[in-house]
Amino acid sequence: MATSMQQAHASALRAAPVAARRTVSLRSKLARDRSLLVMVAPAVILLLTFTYIPLLGNVVAFMDFVPYLPLSESPWVGTANFQAMFEDPAFWNATWNTLQINGLQLIFSFPIPLMLALLLHSVLSPVIRGVVQSVIYLPHFLSWVIVVAMFQQTLGGTGAVTDVLRSMTGESVNLMTNPGTFKALIVAQGVWKDAGWGTILFLAALTAIDYSLYESAAVDGAGGMRRFWHITLPGIRPIIVLLLILQLGQSLTVGFEQILLQRDAVGAESAEVLDTYVYFHGVVDGDWSIGVAAGLLKGVVGLVLILAANKLAHSLGEQGVYSRDN
Amino acid sequence: MTTSSVRARPIWADAPSPALRVLKAVALTVVVAVIAFPFLVVVSTSLASEQQLVANGGYVLWPSDPSFDAYRQVLGGGAVSRAVIVSVAVTVIGTAISLGATVLAAYALSQRRLVGKRLLLGVVLLTFLISPGIIPLYLMVKQLGLLNNYAALILPTAISAFNIVIMRGFFMTIPRELLDSAMLDGAGHWTMLRRIVLPLSKAVTAVVGMFYAVGYWNSFFNALLYLNDSAKWPLQLVLRTYVLQGSPIAKEAGASADVLPPTQALQMAVVVIAIVPIACVYPFLQKHFKTGVLTGAVKG
Repeated sequence: MATSMQQAHASALRAAPVAARRTVSLRSKLARDRSLLVMVAPAVILLLTFTYIPLLGNVVAFMDFVPYLPLSESPWVGTANFQAMFEDPAFWNATWNTLQINGLQLIFSFPIPLMLALLLHSVLSPVIRGVVQSVIYLPHFLSWVIVVAMFQQTLGGTGAVTDVLRSMTGESVNLMTNPGTFKALIVAQGVWKDAGWGTILFLAALTAIDYSLYESAAVDGAGGMRRFWHITLPGIRPIIVLLLILQLGQSLTVGFEQILLQRDAVGAESAEVLDTYVYFHGVVDGDWSIGVAAGLLKGVVGLVLILAANKLAHSLGEQGVYSRDN
Repeated sequence: MTTSSVRARPIWADAPSPALRVLKAVALTVVVAVIAFPFLVVVSTSLASEQQLVANGGYVLWPSDPSFDAYRQVLGGGAVSRAVIVSVAVTVIGTAISLGATVLAAYALSQRRLVGKRLLLGVVLLTFLISPGIIPLYLMVKQLGLLNNYAALILPTAISAFNIVIMRGFFMTIPRELLDSAMLDGAGHWTMLRRIVLPLSKAVTAVVGMFYAVGYWNSFFNALLYLNDSAKWPLQLVLRTYVLQGSPIAKEAGASADVLPPTQALQMAVVVIAIVPIACVYPFLQKHFKTGVLTGAVKG
């Protein structure tokens, strides 16, 4: 505490010529805002400790990391870990699975909440809407362990749906352990869990549309379909673009916990994604450096994807995730 | 049906044709049924008797002779009971820490004047874009000596930038005159936060608190990563081991002779126990979700 005070004092002195021109010096600003600074401190300290400082740990990607030695004694190996990773077919398999699942999510998980929101928006009875919303939001708040357990109980070998299908077709299919349908299963679970929750933003955007637009369109003779096409859809376009950007930025991140929980049942061939690759190589197999290299690559590419998608949105005249004036 | 013919249809909606009306009703019914069905199966199975389960092949849609034996057995001491206690404690303590730090940071960052505000806000907002990665975070937790410590279930994920942004956005809507006049009366920031800002922000505080609480209650990966000692496991990890992996759970720690059979009813009882707290809290906060989520989306 004392050293930080001294540092603040020193920097206040250094800033003195500038501060003299202003009315309030940095030192007296620090004194003035002391209670506010104390208030942000816990959050900032937690973020520094568990986000920013660990970020430096990514140097392990360029080392032959030996967990038992201090970090300074692990030898530097340059990009050898990345080379080893690029030569690992399992890495490319994980990348390919990740992209496939993300693509499927783009096709299914993305539009379904939108359609559901449009449907709900057209329901006028507040009672029916309320009941439907209560039911469809609930799964969002369940953990993946619970969701997978519930799916197992309905789609697993002894599950209810499996039983019905068996009595209808005579064939017994365990959808929970079927590598061929694993990706579809992952996407379906995502839809079941979060489609309802995903309607919230769309519904809010739909409510925010200026009703006088509908009115004047109706006066001009626009039918329901035209009003939907020319007013409703453009009205929610910003939110659609926003969510699309977020989805694109998440291209390399697909349900980590969800897949981790079900990977064993179908095998790594069809279930390994980049996050599980990092986890199994690094934490489970103790191949730390490769794990960190994969994680770092994924993080950097993910960041680039978000920035690029946002830039694209800006150039298309949309607001995007963030804007420069904020 | 209470559809009043008096109420005018909103301007965006034409009166639907009968066919469309039926189609909408069917679609909504299917959506609700698909979401509700697994809940029905899980709850019914947890209440079913062993005979009915065996006769039915592992699941029950409606228990013919409902009994709470499974719950009695699972909660009567042993791994699941212990895990429930761990999860409740982690949720309560973790939510207090997270919510406290979030409210304080959001209040400070909502002030017009704060030295270094851009930098501090940047530190918070940048966490939307970057994350340290699984292994560097693990190494950090190890470095701090938090492996096998309950603190590892709380501290690494204690702060969500999203929640700070939600709260800050709400605090900034509080009229400035109110705070200015309080300040003229000699109130400091702590007094203003406690006496003016928080009482006006009960709804958003409740929603953010619930987001944190649900996160702690559901957290599974922190425990998997940082706790080697199975005696310390929270409920979600026990749930995975017992229900998904089907391993039998020792009733008493170390007493491997006294083993519960992993029957479906017992397993589903554990699932229901993990759902109940969420299902109990969530109806009370549901009306606030929209505000919370919206503020976050608009300001983020």
